[in-house]
Amino acid sequence: MLEVKEIHSYYGTSHILFGISFGVKEGEAVCLLGRNGAGKTTTFRSIIGLTPPKSGSIQFRGKEIIGKPPYRIAQMGIGYVPDTRRIFPDLTVRQNILVARREHKGAIWDLDRIYSLFPKLQSLETHMGTQLSGGEQQMLTVARTLMTNPELLLLDEPGEGLAPLVIKTMEQQLGEIKKLGLTMLICEHNVGLAINLSDRAYVMDKGMIHFQGTIDELKKHEEVRKKYLMV
Amino acid sequence: MSFDVLFSQFMSGIARGALLFLVASGLSLTFGVLRVLNFAHGSLYMLGAFLSYSIWKFLLMPVLGFYLAAVIAALIMGGVGMIIEFGLLRRLYARGWPEQLLATYAIILIITDLVKWAWGGEFLSIPRPRPFTGAVFLFGFPFPSYNFFIIILGLGLVVFLWWLVYKTRLGDIIRAAAQDREMVSALGIPIPWLFTWIFVLGAAIAGLSGAVTAPFGSVALGMDIEIIIECFAVVVIGGMGSLPGTLLGAFIVGQVYAFGILFKPELALAFIFMVMAVVLIIRPWGIFGRPER
Repeated sequence: MLEVKEIHSYYGTSHILFGISFGVKEGEAVCLLGRNGAGKTTTFRSIIGLTPPKSGSIQFRGKEIIGKPPYRIAQMGIGYVPDTRRIFPDLTVRQNILVARREHKGAIWDLDRIYSLFPKLQSLETHMGTQLSGGEQQMLTVARTLMTNPELLLLDEPGEGLAPLVIKTMEQQLGEIKKLGLTMLICEHNVGLAINLSDRAYVMDKGMIHFQGTIDELKKHEEVRKKYLMV
Repeated sequence: MSFDVLFSQFMSGIARGALLFLVASGLSLTFGVLRVLNFAHGSLYMLGAFLSYSIWKFLLMPVLGFYLAAVIAALIMGGVGMIIEFGLLRRLYARGWPEQLLATYAIILIITDLVKWAWGGEFLSIPRPRPFTGAVFLFGFPFPSYNFFIIILGLGLVVFLWWLVYKTRLGDIIRAAAQDREMVSALGIPIPWLFTWIFVLGAAIAGLSGAVTAPFGSVALGMDIEIIIECFAVVVIGGMGSLPGTLLGAFIVGQVYAFGILFKPELALAFIFMVMAVVLIIRPWGIFGRPER
């Protein structure tokens, strides 16, 4: 579904990604693990078109997407959930969800479905985006992206800064989304929520990929975990 | 000072404020979403005024002519806005302030020369349209009824923009994009088209405002700079990009000017900028604005 080949990305003049390659197959959940600063967020920004790679190739469903503006890439079916959440502060919870609504053939997400997955958001629907707790904001940012009816969901640090109990809830909710057949790419700096949800893992450090394999294989490779993940 | 003088100044301040709101609302909306300060906004207003004059002359319709000319001028200015956004501004969003300032200043010069070439340097005017030719009596004092037309139009625009920005999905997108356009784009919303249509709307409002000033007898070269300077005062006082801020700013500037004239006519404009300076010192982002991140 997603095929990333040898991409090099920069922030201004600083080189962040050094020719990374990986792929995600339809229906899979894949995680991208690595310390802060490893280049995970840049990888996501490269895919959605916010930080377009200078070279390499990214294909989504066989079509090259490098060079397309972010809104076109999103319209093709990629949903981006940023790590800083980026809730629109001037909009209510309900408006934050509905502003992203995009209907097309095979669309499965509407307000009712969002509220049944995240009941908390319904009770907060008239609150402003900024009045929410961290966990509620995280639910909202996932809900907002789901309303675009993506086929591939990019989740950047979905558990970042949340209490362990809230992370568990988030993990269950993402598990339900996965059951609906959504393909996921999740990145995380600690080994927790992402590993429990994923089928395969890539480990990256300093803008390069150092390990790829199934979750079981990663669990066996203690040296990889020690060297790149500090666990 | 007697009540009738004060009241009459107050009412003329309200009418002036309404006109300022008409022009400044487009400027503020464009800035709020596109983050481009359009110095040429006053020129769009001036071109709207000249266009409506010629359309009015061409139509030769006694009653409807003025209103029809104003609407047509607004639509044409919307089209001009589209050309400017598509042909020029779109290329400058990623650049810095100096280039945007130079580009919009170039538009001022181009429109000024176009107007000079097409209409000459004369003062033009359209007679007040019916039914706003006479006077209205408030507390026994007469006021030009055309002033009330401007006030009603200003209030109508307040309601329209409030509905658009706070009650529609487009308004949700506008407010979201004013905060975080990158995220809006990543959600699949075509930002370039949003920007074009916002600029078109701002230009059309500027054109309409120009058209309705024609009966004040002030359609002339230089009206662009005169209005844009006061509009800057309005948006700086009220807060760039804020609809309630623009409304309050227009009210304040209108009143300060009206009472400034009463107090010392040659300093009326200076008073406006003293108020602006005070706001800038106490609250640089304006009364209803918010600090830039």
